[in-house]
Amino acid sequence: MSVNLRRLTALCRKETRQIVRDPSSVLIAFVLPVILLFIYGYGINLDANRVRLGIVSLDQGAEAVRFVDTLKGSPFIEPHVGNSVPALLEEMKMGRVRGLVVLQDDFSAKVRQGRGEAAIQVQTDGAEPNTANFVASYVQGAAQLWLAERRQDLGLPAPPVIEVQQRFWFNPTTVSRNYLVPGSISVIMTIIGALLTSLVVAREWERGTMEALLSTPVTRAELLLSKILPYYLLGLAAMCLCVAVSTLIMGVPLRGSLVMLLVVTSLFLGSGLGLGLLLSTVTRNQFVAAQGALTAAFLPAIMLSGFVFEIKSMPLPVQAFTYLVPARYFVSALQTLYQAGEVWAILLPNMLFLLISALFWLGLTAARTWRRLDGN
Amino acid sequence: MSEDIAIRLEGLCQRFGDNIALQGLSAGLRRGVITGLVGPDGAGKTTLMRLMAGLLKPSEGKISVEGLDPIADAEAMRLQLGYMPQKFGLYEDLSVLENLTLYADLRGVLGEARRQSFERLLAFTDLARFTDRLVGKLSGGMKQKLGLACTLLGSPRVLLLDEPCVGVDPISRRELWKMVSTLADGGMCVVWSTAYLDEAELCDDVLLMNQGKLEYSGSPQALMDSMQGRSLLLKDISGNHRLVLQRALRQPEVIDGVLQGAAVRLVLKQHAAWPDLTPLAAGPTARLEATRPRLEDAFIDLLGGGPGGDSPLTRHMPEVRLAEGVDPEAVIEARRLTRRFGDFIATDQVDFRIRRGEIFGLLGPNGAGKSTTFKMMCGLLKPSEGEGRVMGLDLKKSASQARQQLGYMAQKFALYANLSVAQNLTFFSGIYGLRGAEQRQRMDDMVQVFALGDMLDMNAGELPLGFKQRLALACALMHRPPLLFLDEPTSGVDPVTRREFWTHINGLVDKGVTVMVTTHFMDEAEYCDRIGLVYRGRMIAAGTPDELKAMVAGEALPEPTMEDAFIELVTRDDRQREARA
Repeated sequence: MSVNLRRLTALCRKETRQIVRDPSSVLIAFVLPVILLFIYGYGINLDANRVRLGIVSLDQGAEAVRFVDTLKGSPFIEPHVGNSVPALLEEMKMGRVRGLVVLQDDFSAKVRQGRGEAAIQVQTDGAEPNTANFVASYVQGAAQLWLAERRQDLGLPAPPVIEVQQRFWFNPTTVSRNYLVPGSISVIMTIIGALLTSLVVAREWERGTMEALLSTPVTRAELLLSKILPYYLLGLAAMCLCVAVSTLIMGVPLRGSLVMLLVVTSLFLGSGLGLGLLLSTVTRNQFVAAQGALTAAFLPAIMLSGFVFEIKSMPLPVQAFTYLVPARYFVSALQTLYQAGEVWAILLPNMLFLLISALFWLGLTAARTWRRLDGN
Repeated sequence: MSEDIAIRLEGLCQRFGDNIALQGLSAGLRRGVITGLVGPDGAGKTTLMRLMAGLLKPSEGKISVEGLDPIADAEAMRLQLGYMPQKFGLYEDLSVLENLTLYADLRGVLGEARRQSFERLLAFTDLARFTDRLVGKLSGGMKQKLGLACTLLGSPRVLLLDEPCVGVDPISRRELWKMVSTLADGGMCVVWSTAYLDEAELCDDVLLMNQGKLEYSGSPQALMDSMQGRSLLLKDISGNHRLVLQRALRQPEVIDGVLQGAAVRLVLKQHAAWPDLTPLAAGPTARLEATRPRLEDAFIDLLGGGPGGDSPLTRHMPEVRLAEGVDPEAVIEARRLTRRFGDFIATDQVDFRIRRGEIFGLLGPNGAGKSTTFKMMCGLLKPSEGEGRVMGLDLKKSASQARQQLGYMAQKFALYANLSVAQNLTFFSGIYGLRGAEQRQRMDDMVQVFALGDMLDMNAGELPLGFKQRLALACALMHRPPLLFLDEPTSGVDPVTRREFWTHINGLVDKGVTVMVTTHFMDEAEYCDRIGLVYRGRMIAAGTPDELKAMVAGEALPEPTMEDAFIELVTRDDRQREARA
């Protein structure tokens, strides 16, 4: 495998011109990342604040009114007050409210009796368990608040309660954007690394230019490098854009160093480029290669990387499978670098796995890059 | 003279799995001449080219190119070799100069040598004015020349051109031929592969291939000379010349026959006497005369003669009856038919009328507007202006009714490759509304007519080319359409299969079926009763093949061929256009 610098430069220049002149690659490398960052950063929000909650109070007594007011005052609840349970249940079916609180007409009376028989009914939409949990706990929280206020009003001493003080490390305000954005960068890098490169070798076969190249003195190494280098640089350029947009515009904190970010990204791009080129080289068909890249790289990067779905809550066989997904290590490394900084205990194993994966895919591609049409 | 041999092939075999692409090929290719690698699709031309270019390793046998082994001495060999693959191997999103620069870098043509070769090649190919233009925006002919220029960088001693003229109009084809001849005269070994036998006649040497076997190697002239006295023209026929051909092919001394304009061309068995005219019933004025043999005559002879002239289709197809009010002089009609795509006028005010039982050809180079016109007449594309009618139905108003009246055979036989023969037949008869007993009957007829019985369970994609063609025709005919539309029906098909196809078409025409065909293939044009010559969206000439030839006949060209007529008419049109501008 020898490399002649003049030929390599010529091939890289050709590849770069093709990238620059192809509007779709510019779109994928520079416009798509920004769109995706904003979708993941602002569009998807796992915090679920301001839940739309239906409230039906069949009791006009003072206690009931005060409880409803407490609910209305909660910053997490967007109240929809109605007076018919079936009507609001219908609203819930349509998804216009996420839960329903019902007070029966004897609520105030039972509260005043003080025998603990007063009931607050909470109905939630179990089809979305995550939101249902939020609804239940918000209502519980509001009820605690209401009880405490009521005791104060009556001049009773507040009962000694054990208060849980939550403190989240690394993401103190638990803004989901702060971990979703680094995760989404891994999806973007997968698209650029695998999807874009899955097209490039296949395109040369389809257009018949590969045969012309192979009949010139070009070597295998030159051919391979001329495909890797330009797309590697394109990937880094897109990464710079992602970092700039996420930190400067979206205000996501970046606690690690840029150098480490570069190292980790380079390792990940190695796997992505390797996989994309391998598919392209083996299938020699742009459509099949792109389908392959979607299935083998893009979908795992979204679903199995732990970026949206927690890996620990997956079934064991699926958890085991995620160890084969390079994006898993990249997501973990990125989230660490963004939110915590250089935590070597996490970064080093991730980098090691990324390195192995990059060597594996690139090595396989090199082995399948042939100098002839029928092998070797 | 062995010192003249640049490429030597010895016992060459190439297998791909169970598929044998080449078997036992031995030949020597000379320096300083153009060697034609000739044969239909699937003959093994491209495989042989790739073997010579070192892109494939032969399963058996030896190759030497300028004394080098293409695999073992790959690096040294590549410096001696220029290879232009099909589609020319150019980057469409790079400019002319960028393509040249890329290949110059790859082939190590640098500095002063580069400046000189660019200058020489750009002048040679007449591309100097277009250096900044993107290759995607060049015409087919210009791409072909640029492909050649890129191949010639580094002054190779062997030039391999794989079907350089596919998709290129005859004018560019002649230009390329002249350029390549100059190179051969300078001592280069040029290999030119083609499926067109008329192109191959011009070569100094030919390797005539069929189904992976070498049928002949040597001078085409010598081969044609060996046919001397066996090629005849039957002229001045009165009556239906198709029926005369049919009767002629029944004569024992005739091994092949085709229509050539209004005449019939016949090839005799070796040492056979001229056939008796009486059973041909060609009319009182008919006479036979000897004519110059063509390479195709020789090729058919090598393959053991052509098929017979009788089509079993005629027994199964009913006579076409026209509905009330359909003018038999205009079963297909276009009036000022125009189609625009944005600013581009693909079809510009085209007029024609096709009679019942006539074969009408639309002839023109790629991109001339044939397909657009054709698609409008099939009801697949709406005209921007003007009117198209088939069987009296206006295509703008009743396109789907009109489509029911026609059988359509698309380029490259649009069959479902992974459905079996029987499933293809069932599907196509089904979409034309055939059901139950009638459907089964029609399918059985077709299976019998086209001898498909043994392959009903085979996938269409695995059929040999000739059977694919039969199946495609069967699929287009089951609903017994009075009109048949054929889009480049036999390009790349071997001459025997092509004759068989036209035998069927002739049989259909006898039953009153009207046929419209597009082609850029001069041979195919000869089968047509009338031809419309399409160029730059307009119909620049129309008439019988003989009339078109007569339009250009003169002192310089006493007996023009169809291709001569085509080139002359197109050039005249260009001149008129320039004069107006």
